[in-house]
Amino acid sequence: MKALIETIVTPLVDFPDEIVVTEKEEEHKITYHLTVNQTDVGKVIGKNGRIAKAIRTIVYAAGSDSKKRIYLDIM
Amino acid sequence: MRQITASGQTIEEAVQSALRQLNTTKDQVTVDVIDEGKKGLFGVFGSKQAIVKVTKNMNPIQQAEAYLKNVTTKMGVEVEIKTTVHNQEIVFELVGEKIAILIGKRGQTLNALQYLLHLVVNKKKDHFYTVVLDAEGYRKRRKETLYSLAERLAEKAIRTRREVSLEPMPSFERKIIHTALQDNNRVETYSDGIDPNRHVVIKP
Repeated sequence: MKALIETIVTPLVDFPDEIVVTEKEEEHKITYHLTVNQTDVGKVIGKNGRIAKAIRTIVYAAGSDSKKRIYLDIM
Repeated sequence: MRQITASGQTIEEAVQSALRQLNTTKDQVTVDVIDEGKKGLFGVFGSKQAIVKVTKNMNPIQQAEAYLKNVTTKMGVEVEIKTTVHNQEIVFELVGEKIAILIGKRGQTLNALQYLLHLVVNKKKDHFYTVVLDAEGYRKRRKETLYSLAERLAEKAIRTRREVSLEPMPSFERKIIHTALQDNNRVETYSDGIDPNRHVVIKP
């Protein structure tokens, strides 16, 4: 899942080396936390969060067969 | 194989070695010099090899196709991608077994992927392409559904003499509704609201 998030985000940003995805597993959910270079924040969030929403949609779809709820935090 | 790191006695040698391995020519790659290397004393002591990173340039369409392949694979779905380019429109068609995951409820996953692909394709501002992502004929099926939905709701608007609001849809789906009802002179259609909540309203 971490690899998926990195794959999605890499071509969108100017500093792909600074993409960091961390994973936090709890009882009923797994939270992924995504950070990028300060100047790239807009490129992963988008106008009215449109890009962020698209990224989440894909990540949640990929996690739909896992038993735990998946969350994606950006920044 | 799109990117390779190679070494050689000189930068030129390293580049040549990389080009051989990538099976391409110099005008189709970008070269990043990681280490210029050193001749060293008498060419023996303290000599360091030159290291270069050579990346094969891809046009935005190939890039987007590779991106799509990568993302779907990491989602755990094996797909075949058929790419067709017509004027300024790129159509990616997905064929595979677990395609339902990629479409999602009312095509939301497919639309999200389509939007990201659009961003990848149009990242450089020197060109503009429209991107359509389709999976197992989903767009065509959806179009038929929207046509019959439009007809049905137009009847309802006429019957009740009230405006009928549809659920929010992306622009290309709203367009289908407008087109479906443009020849129907008993109703008018317009879009209301701001994306992502913009929706079609049918007015008798």
